[in-house]
Amino acid sequence: MRIAVCVKQVPETKSVKMDPETRTVIRQGVQAIINPLDLYAIEAALVLKELYNAQITAISMGPPQAVTALKEAVAMGVDEAVLVSDRAFAGSDTWATSYILAGAIKQLGDFDLILCGERATDGDTGQVGPEMAAALDLPVISYVNHINELQDGKLKVSRLVESGTEKLSMQLPGVLTVVKEIGEPRLPTFRGKLKAKEIEFPSFDLETLKLDKSLIGLKGSPTRVVKIFRPEVVRNCELIKAETEAQTVEAVDAMLAFMEDKSA
Amino acid sequence: MKNIWILAEQDAGEVKAVSYELLTRGLALAEKSGRKLCAMIFGNNIAEEGLNELIARGAERVVAVEAPELEHFLIEPYSVCMLDLIDKYEPEIILAAATSTGRTLMPYVAMTANAGLTADCTELDIEEETGLLLQTRPAIGGNIMATIKCPEHRPQMSTIRPKSTPEAPRQEGRSGEIIRLKAPTEVNKSRVSYDGFEPETEEMNLQDAERVVVVGRGIKTQANIELARELADLLGAALGASREVIDRGWLSYPHQIGLSGKTVTPKLYIGIGVSGAIQHLAGMQTSECVIAINKDPEAQIFHVADFGIVGDLFEVLPILIEKLKRGEKIC
Repeated sequence: MRIAVCVKQVPETKSVKMDPETRTVIRQGVQAIINPLDLYAIEAALVLKELYNAQITAISMGPPQAVTALKEAVAMGVDEAVLVSDRAFAGSDTWATSYILAGAIKQLGDFDLILCGERATDGDTGQVGPEMAAALDLPVISYVNHINELQDGKLKVSRLVESGTEKLSMQLPGVLTVVKEIGEPRLPTFRGKLKAKEIEFPSFDLETLKLDKSLIGLKGSPTRVVKIFRPEVVRNCELIKAETEAQTVEAVDAMLAFMEDKSA
Repeated sequence: MKNIWILAEQDAGEVKAVSYELLTRGLALAEKSGRKLCAMIFGNNIAEEGLNELIARGAERVVAVEAPELEHFLIEPYSVCMLDLIDKYEPEIILAAATSTGRTLMPYVAMTANAGLTADCTELDIEEETGLLLQTRPAIGGNIMATIKCPEHRPQMSTIRPKSTPEAPRQEGRSGEIIRLKAPTEVNKSRVSYDGFEPETEEMNLQDAERVVVVGRGIKTQANIELARELADLLGAALGASREVIDRGWLSYPHQIGLSGKTVTPKLYIGIGVSGAIQHLAGMQTSECVIAINKDPEAQIFHVADFGIVGDLFEVLPILIEKLKRGEKIC
């Protein structure tokens, strides 16, 4: 069994800055981490590796610094990694990103399963998993919270939806996006860290992937960001101190009156 | 004429209420752009009343595509149907709810149709000069709003955050066209099969709730959570938690609100001992009304609150609960 796990390097949320000219996220000088939700996809892959002796390849598209995210995946137990990087990829929206990632996956060939996190914590779209599946003409199951078993080439999983849990089976190959309930990500091992230090992995660029230039980067992206702005803070907090019992009673009365006033 | 379409959702043949929120969005766009509002819905034996309801609440045309394979959401049959309708009707815009269905189907279809898609929008508008759809959404954990458009590719597709707009009201006397279509034959080619469903029995769905009571680390112990649960029950609210509470195992992951948990937009959010880490704010700051109880006057949560009590929650809650029990009700 061969598994690909897609990971993204994201800026630490607390230190995000935007470039008002290009209207894109400034990544330079901002602390970058592996997308926290991708750790669950790695964990799911590692569990399958133990059960079915799977071989795992981590794939990340991004600037050269994204190797850090890939090394982190290797330290957790992933076997191989591939960086997908080219200046021409910059400015890609989710459509173009999915086209590029699908190209990298095709290049690596014959995966049984592709795992993604639910979404990245910077863009917050959750679109790349399903879009990549479509680009690869594979089925996708999103919001997977449990992988039950593999039987006759079919993977049985549970999927978290608004009103409960669906039970589904998917004929492999296919794509899953997983949620946090899939299992707590393990910590890097000592052996993994050593391997991560030494591992050399290929970098795929535009030329390696032989992609259609008109479908990548800003040019290949159907969507355009036309404006970015800070959300208006319209809240004006009415703060009430409750130090003594009398104050507390008053504060609670004020709170109930406030709720009634707002009919909340 | 290229029109504005919504994807209505159904469950066991009944139209889901989130579809009516999309009609509200669609009506505003239709009015501004002079286009018609249409609805598509996929399922099996969809009840006529539901389709009439879509008309009564704003759709001029409803296209229902039906087949046994469409009873439950499965990615391939659903995308075959949507792509078929895109082919037949050439929609200018398609809006879907940012639900587990919408957030999976829309990207899958957008990829194949080479269409632009914007996720989880909270505001929509039509650009006056160009007639293009302007889609505004929070990004980077709600710290930034981005307005996005799709100049050339069609349809322009968006998923819309549930509960970000009211349901379109029913207007008596409205009429429209209902078209029932047989699904394309390819719907029988699905590599995913539906094996069953376990409904969420335990508690109220956090994202559907109009009120949520949320506990943070200030609750101190797992046993104390009962206090918050009692308050939630009295208010008819769902119970949520910050990440610290989930990481300690005091409540299960479906209760988590924030960047790596759920995003909620209830009418009323009450934070109890929630400090308001930015990751948590990302999942709740678009709530309509926010109340916070925290003993630290500097707590971040007060920056996004409308009303705050600076005090010991273990003093405040018993009094609040007592008053609510005595029927000093607010609704």
